[in-house]
Amino acid sequence: MDLHFLDAVADAEERAAVDELLGEPDSGWDGGQRHLDDWRTTRGGHAARSRRDQLLPALHAVNDRVGWISQGALNYICQRLTIPPADAYGVATFYALFSVRPRPKRVVHLCTDIACKAAGVDAVRAGVRAELGPPGRDAGGVVWQESPCLGVCERAPAALVLEAGRPALGHVVAPVGTEQALLAARAPVVELAPEPDPALAVPQAGDPGLVLLRRIGVADPTSLDDYRAHGGYQALREAFRLGPAGVIREVTDAKLVGRGGAAFPTGRKWDAVARQPADPHYLVCNADESEPGTFKDRVLLEGDPFALVEAMTVAAYATGCRRGFLYLRGEYPRALARLENALAQARARGLLGADIMGQGFDFDIEIRRGAGAYICGEETAIFGSIEGLRGEPRSKPPFPVERGLFGKPTVVNNVETLVNVLPILAAGGPAYAAVGTPTSTGTKLYCVSGAVARPGVYELPFGANLRELLELAGRPEGSELTAVLMGGAAGSFIRADEVDIPLTFEGTRAAGTALGSGVVLALDEGVDLGGILLRIAGFFRDESCGQCVPCRVGTVRQEEALARLTGGRPLGSTEQDLALLREVGQAMRDASICGLGQTAWNAVESAIDRLGAFREATPS
Amino acid sequence: MFGAGGGTSSYREVEETDLIVLWGSNARETHPIFFHHVLKGIRNGAKLYVVDPRRTSSARWADGWLPLNVGTDIPLALGIAREIIAAGLVNTAFVERATADFEAFRAHVEPWTLAATAAETGVPADLIRELAHAYARADRAQLCWTLGITEHHNGTDNVRSLINLSLLTGHVGRYGSGLNPLRGQNNVQGGGDMGAIPNRLPGFQDILDPAVREKFARAWRANIQPYYGRTLTQMFEAMDHGELTTVYAIGENPVQSEADAGATIKRLSGLDHLVVQDIFLTRTAQLADVVLPASAAWCETEGTVTNSERRVQRVRKALQAPGEARDDIEILGEIAHRLGHDLRYESAEAVWNELRALSPMHRGMSYRRLEAEGGLQWPCYSEDTTEPSYLHGRLWADDPVERGQPAPFGLVEHSLPVDELTEEYPLRLTTGRRLDSYNTGVQSGGFNSPLRRGETLDLSPEDARAAGIADGEPIRITSRRGSVVAPARIDPAMRPGLVFMTMHFPDEVDTNSLTIEATDPVAGTAEYKATAVRLDRLGPADAAAAERAAATRAGAAVEPVAVLTGTPPAPRGPARAEPVPTRPVAG
Repeated sequence: MDLHFLDAVADAEERAAVDELLGEPDSGWDGGQRHLDDWRTTRGGHAARSRRDQLLPALHAVNDRVGWISQGALNYICQRLTIPPADAYGVATFYALFSVRPRPKRVVHLCTDIACKAAGVDAVRAGVRAELGPPGRDAGGVVWQESPCLGVCERAPAALVLEAGRPALGHVVAPVGTEQALLAARAPVVELAPEPDPALAVPQAGDPGLVLLRRIGVADPTSLDDYRAHGGYQALREAFRLGPAGVIREVTDAKLVGRGGAAFPTGRKWDAVARQPADPHYLVCNADESEPGTFKDRVLLEGDPFALVEAMTVAAYATGCRRGFLYLRGEYPRALARLENALAQARARGLLGADIMGQGFDFDIEIRRGAGAYICGEETAIFGSIEGLRGEPRSKPPFPVERGLFGKPTVVNNVETLVNVLPILAAGGPAYAAVGTPTSTGTKLYCVSGAVARPGVYELPFGANLRELLELAGRPEGSELTAVLMGGAAGSFIRADEVDIPLTFEGTRAAGTALGSGVVLALDEGVDLGGILLRIAGFFRDESCGQCVPCRVGTVRQEEALARLTGGRPLGSTEQDLALLREVGQAMRDASICGLGQTAWNAVESAIDRLGAFREATPS
Repeated sequence: MFGAGGGTSSYREVEETDLIVLWGSNARETHPIFFHHVLKGIRNGAKLYVVDPRRTSSARWADGWLPLNVGTDIPLALGIAREIIAAGLVNTAFVERATADFEAFRAHVEPWTLAATAAETGVPADLIRELAHAYARADRAQLCWTLGITEHHNGTDNVRSLINLSLLTGHVGRYGSGLNPLRGQNNVQGGGDMGAIPNRLPGFQDILDPAVREKFARAWRANIQPYYGRTLTQMFEAMDHGELTTVYAIGENPVQSEADAGATIKRLSGLDHLVVQDIFLTRTAQLADVVLPASAAWCETEGTVTNSERRVQRVRKALQAPGEARDDIEILGEIAHRLGHDLRYESAEAVWNELRALSPMHRGMSYRRLEAEGGLQWPCYSEDTTEPSYLHGRLWADDPVERGQPAPFGLVEHSLPVDELTEEYPLRLTTGRRLDSYNTGVQSGGFNSPLRRGETLDLSPEDARAAGIADGEPIRITSRRGSVVAPARIDPAMRPGLVFMTMHFPDEVDTNSLTIEATDPVAGTAEYKATAVRLDRLGPADAAAAERAAATRAGAAVEPVAVLTGTPPAPRGPARAEPVPTRPVAG
């Protein structure tokens, strides 16, 4: 490999952080001390280059320890992993949680995304700014910055404190006021108020009718024994009884479709991977939950982590995978701790690793942490991110089932999709399919936030309508519902008079909206719609990976036009700017490589068409 | 090899092979196009082994790097052969049907145990075993080499020692397996194919064969000499003895490309008559009595070139040659005419069609086909057939008649470089090329490159530390023949005892005044790869001179003759401005 390094050298702490992950270097060629035997050592062949996927973990290691990634540290990582530094720089700067410039060890991420905005984070932001100065500036050992959705919308507004060190600490503070935000910036992390039980995010907790959420608030999420006492690992046992083809048959009969947004039949996906002759097969669990307004996966991961581990094991067994990757978004410190604990316990009990349950099936799961990039939740960008590349989506075909992670056949499923496999195996495919509607089977999780009395994750059988869901969540005193954002930033707005839409894939599609990731963000008359739209546009502009022109340019143009319109200074006339928005939006929808660009105009379009945004000269 | 000079495989096969060995080749820098095919092979899963004294940029891509001592290629190859035999990995089917002298070879390699080989070559025994097993076990394997093999006093033996390995393992004559000397220019292969070598007529037809001579004599209406011509080295010797008094050099700059530059200048200056045909006013051209400005082959002429995979491709004229520069074919035809032969051709295609009539291996390559198929590889015997992309498939034939002559193992002996290391000259200087410069810089010196740093003396951190040499410090390098000054460049890719220079900047640092003219008896190539030198730090006066020289070095570029317009090119120095000879040149 051709490697050219600048002179910067890693300091002892940076080296130690990397060495803790990768082990000690074995020669001068990979960053160790040069000794005379080195010229007999080869490095740079397939073996050295095959560790490229350790780049993201190595960047995390340094960022976690030091708080930022210096040129010397980057050089050292590149020497260790045989990666051109310019290439690795491109990766390091791809992620929002990393910094390649010096910064304090403590960083406070204040969520300014839609749910938090609807919950009034703007006042908190102003308060923090008055005290700590503008975002991104060292304010005496701490720096604060604005953040996209932190996935804690049920307690909005939210802040996340990350503190580098050994160990690195992460803590969510929500709901956060100016005072709590300043405390989070200054007080030792361990002294901050503990995060509430994840069960509090499930208003229905304990309801015997729950399927996916039934153990949350009931079983101890840190105990494998308690998980088994509540029906855990029955599904895996059943899977071994059915055999891989039997499992796929049940999942197919259950008519399970992906819950990540695309609603692709899971049985067909599994079957396609199982049939691929290429070896090995990989399983990827997409836990990069970053659609603004979405937090259901977080609640599952924190509240019932063993369920995901078991479900991944079943999926791997059915599709012939021996290695699974759990790609978890970097902003979920508690989910990470719970999952690490779950994996360790499962390994200790022989439920992961070699010869699981004595069935001759080997499988293990590796957690890979994202580092702040919405696009990495796209099903092919996630591969790039795991492989140590920039998380850029790939053109399809080839589809992941054929050439996915490391170019091999790959099952990639969302967390919610996977945990549905457990009730399918418990009840049988046909019994599962009996719940819901003929084409949308089973139950669905909804992330309800905004202007409701009891925000949180709700589980309802498919077919219930939006009105029922909103009634469950309750309306706050004196609040009048004006609109609902369905499906998150990539979704669309509907009017208050449209709440009878049935919550099924087909029903929402017929109504010109989508379930997406299950976001239901209720807005009342107090909300600044223009501000929300601007935030959505800013989000897409920031999160566009920049790979394809329609999205890279289109998201910028969209934001600019919205800024003009909300500022009351359209280019020419309001009609002209609206026409421009439509044209740019259509170009993004038609020509972007992936779903990010294709959906970046959805919410804005629906706000204009359904809510009548910008119909008057001044915004509503 | 096996009777025809060329790589046996095609680029595509390199991409689809399982193992690639680069032996004495830094293809990453010196054959960057070929290396792209290597990279594709690596991407497809092929393993790469590099045999080179330096940890070159090619070695940095390798799964295994064998850092041998300069000039120990033969013992390493013999040791690998012995290990293949000892491990029972010989391809017996191939050895029995297609080779000769195996038993003698087995006895010949017997002394080269892993330990003995490791001691002589400096390569650890486990690496030798690893390469031996990897090569013998691979389903497909490519063995590629360049000047690290050939630029030795025993270069031909070096090549034969590598061929032995392919014979042992059957890695020749099959798709994906082959032996490939990499060519340094777009048309080195074509030059040899067209008979610009002392012993062959076009199409590798032996000049000693009367039937071949007669065929050419009829076509050219002239007698063909019934003996081999001289190699460049033999020509130099003949000049020394006064037997060769007139030279016509076409596109060659021996003053700067040959070992021991001082001796070359003396020889060329002593000639009765020197004609140089070139697109640049090279140092050699500056010594000439007559300079014939030629046209640039890649853009100012019609014709063909043949690349390293034996692929003949069309080149087309895109620009009118400037000034009085003329097409090579036209110049040669005109000279022949003045010498009393009518060798004028209507077009490049007419020349090509004559070749097709005379060279069976080119017969099927009409211009029409070359254009339609994007070039064709030789052999191509008729217009309606295409041969396999690899050579020597005959060796695998079941029919002994078709199989033909078995390929003999070469019982080659180890012979250390001629320029011995002594206390006075303790360091081994080896030479090579870098990515951004080409040979003596005639063609590349006129272009800027962000990578080009001028000539340096590359040495290991250990040697630098021992001698107190700092990075960038000007150092005097002295061999038994000459002495130059160049800045030191401390390079961890070098190991103690080994130093490296290029010959890209002969006007500033004449590396070839150091090298030894110890030539291979068959190929006539000099041992550029092994010179004994010593390093001296400069005194204050020396250092000041070196600094002045460095200051004038910037911007030194060779002026291309071909871009001069209007007046005939006026060669500098002793040459006279006579673009075309006015009387026949006596030979």
